[in-house]
Amino acid sequence: MNCLRFECHSYWAFSPVIELLSIRPVDVDKPPSFAISHNHMLPKLPREALLDLCRRMLVIRHFEENLVPLHDRGVFGGHYHLYVGQEGTGVPAISCLRSDDYLFTTHRNHGHLLARGAEPKRLYAEILGRADGLNKGKGGSFHSVAPSLGFLHSSGVVAGIIPLSTGTAYASKAQKNGRITVCLFGDGSLEEGAAPEAFNLASLLKLPVLFLCENNGKYGAGRAVAAAQSSSMAAYPLTDLPKAYKIPAQQIDGMDAGLVHAAILEAVEKIRHGEGPQFVEAQTVRYPGSETNWPTVPQPTDTALAWDVSSVPEKAREWYESCDPLLIFIRELVAANQATKDEIAGIERQVKAEIAAAVEFAVNSPYPKPEEAERNLFA
Amino acid sequence: MRELAYYEAKFEALEEIMAADQRVHLINGTFLSLSPHRHVYQKLRSKYADRMISPPISELGFCGLATGAAMAGLRPIVDLSTGSFIYEAWPQVANEAANAFSMSGGQTKVPVVFHLFHGLRGGGAAQHSGSPQAMLWNCPGLEIAIPSSPRDVKGLLKTAVTSDNPTIFVDHTRLLDMRGEVPETDKPIPFGVADVKRPGGDVTLIATSYTVQVSLQAAAKLDKEGIDVEVVDPRTLVPFDLATIISSIEKTHRVVIADETHQSCGVAAEIAARIAESGFDKLKTRIRRVSTLDVPVPYSPPLEAYIGPSESRIIDAVRAAVA
Repeated sequence: MNCLRFECHSYWAFSPVIELLSIRPVDVDKPPSFAISHNHMLPKLPREALLDLCRRMLVIRHFEENLVPLHDRGVFGGHYHLYVGQEGTGVPAISCLRSDDYLFTTHRNHGHLLARGAEPKRLYAEILGRADGLNKGKGGSFHSVAPSLGFLHSSGVVAGIIPLSTGTAYASKAQKNGRITVCLFGDGSLEEGAAPEAFNLASLLKLPVLFLCENNGKYGAGRAVAAAQSSSMAAYPLTDLPKAYKIPAQQIDGMDAGLVHAAILEAVEKIRHGEGPQFVEAQTVRYPGSETNWPTVPQPTDTALAWDVSSVPEKAREWYESCDPLLIFIRELVAANQATKDEIAGIERQVKAEIAAAVEFAVNSPYPKPEEAERNLFA
Repeated sequence: MRELAYYEAKFEALEEIMAADQRVHLINGTFLSLSPHRHVYQKLRSKYADRMISPPISELGFCGLATGAAMAGLRPIVDLSTGSFIYEAWPQVANEAANAFSMSGGQTKVPVVFHLFHGLRGGGAAQHSGSPQAMLWNCPGLEIAIPSSPRDVKGLLKTAVTSDNPTIFVDHTRLLDMRGEVPETDKPIPFGVADVKRPGGDVTLIATSYTVQVSLQAAAKLDKEGIDVEVVDPRTLVPFDLATIISSIEKTHRVVIADETHQSCGVAAEIAARIAESGFDKLKTRIRRVSTLDVPVPYSPPLEAYIGPSESRIIDAVRAAVA
């Protein structure tokens, strides 16, 4: 393997709170070695499918990086969240689903929608509050939906979707249609009471639902009380919580697309065979651009960064070198002779053009008429 | 005409609903509270076990489950039992179910019914006597039905379950034993149509839920004093039939509103505001409210009786309106 891997010390900070609470996450006792200890894998898929995953990851990356300047220029207001750094989880995970499965997502939904095939131009239009938006401008960044892709409702309340996901799963079981539900949420969601209530229901009723917890706080500062995670949970590891409700749960490296693909495929298989809910915690190292209160882009992505990060500002360099799931995936593709550097650069050129056109479309999309505010209150 | 007890009419509606639509699932409770009649619910359990669940005591969880199931095409009816328990489920009811259709730009329908028993029940104290319908009226996106008679509970429940919107079904345990006419041929009662429960010419007395029955008793007594009271029952708060109320006030020029929600920002407050905005010129005297006093509901019987919209308080308000 010729990929560069370094420890992410700069994203790792010790907090004495952990000692006061007598909680001893393993990561506190030893320096993080997560990113360097594992040989990343490619999903066991044909070349065309791998290139499709690569393209979807690039769509997400360039979508998000081009969103930040729109906010900074005042083209849209309100808070928003980037999916950068989690492409290696969402893209392979969502590729394991059937086209009629349900998905629920949170405030960090852009990547999930794009991974599933939502049109970038309509997602941009939604975030910009325009009439052509996915929700006609009624939802914005936090609430974008795409019912035809299985996204019925996206909640900005971190655990809001977890009980809802038991509901679509309950309906699918009653309707015997074989559909499963995937509930995508962050580690912070587990802090709300809705999460354990929903786990209990899902387990008791043996519902066909996959809880995919994307813990993007590996070594992150963020909301840390412990070095090992961004959330403030006494339950550690996080998988202890679903396990208490007898839901099979595993922790995986969310930066490893191959591992994610294998784990999700297996979990989905079990759910479809009636084994009830499954829980997967996919860990990623927080994108430096998401460490700040408002998103930033420390370094615009170019696939050439996979082999040379010397242009990246020093503060963010380690992340791009060893924790960026997109660059890891690209290095693996090339190392395994599944694609050439030129092929990948070609895909990226197409994606960049598509994103530029999507921005253009959204910026030129009209605002909804003010009276639209009173429409669609009731069905 | 056929006469039924309120609980019988309600149960008949549930039986007909379950038989007519496979998509209806019943979640939690018995829809008859702890009344002695709750055993009739077993009849449904034996017939539709696969469409009924008794979840753990997780109002937030199972209201979310019902909301999600509604998004996926079922028509769940949730029994929260005691009205105050809906506060445990507030995020799912007020922040997810109520918002989903509008927030999705009119794409995601949520045909769920949240059923609850509100109000003063005798010894319920502060945590089991809540009337959350006023707070819920403040959440755009929810329909609110509030029956007061056997005929209405059957007709409104049947409409609630066919609605494509999240609906709060506000019931009252003190109604369960009352008897009234329920024609076998009755059709569902459309939302947004008020019912004049007693015609009269002197004062319009607007009341909801159990307070309609209290108001009818008050009207009978006032009749002996020569005061002819018209009792108007909105039957649904959302949608709200203001037209029927205004046309009654055009006749009487006087209005009293009696309701069990707390006075501040309560149901009576909102109705008073709408009348003031749309019918002020028709009034000969100020609007009077008879609401539950703004205190947590006390346990002791004389205290509980003192704070509610009792017959004597309603009579006093009507007398003042015609004085």
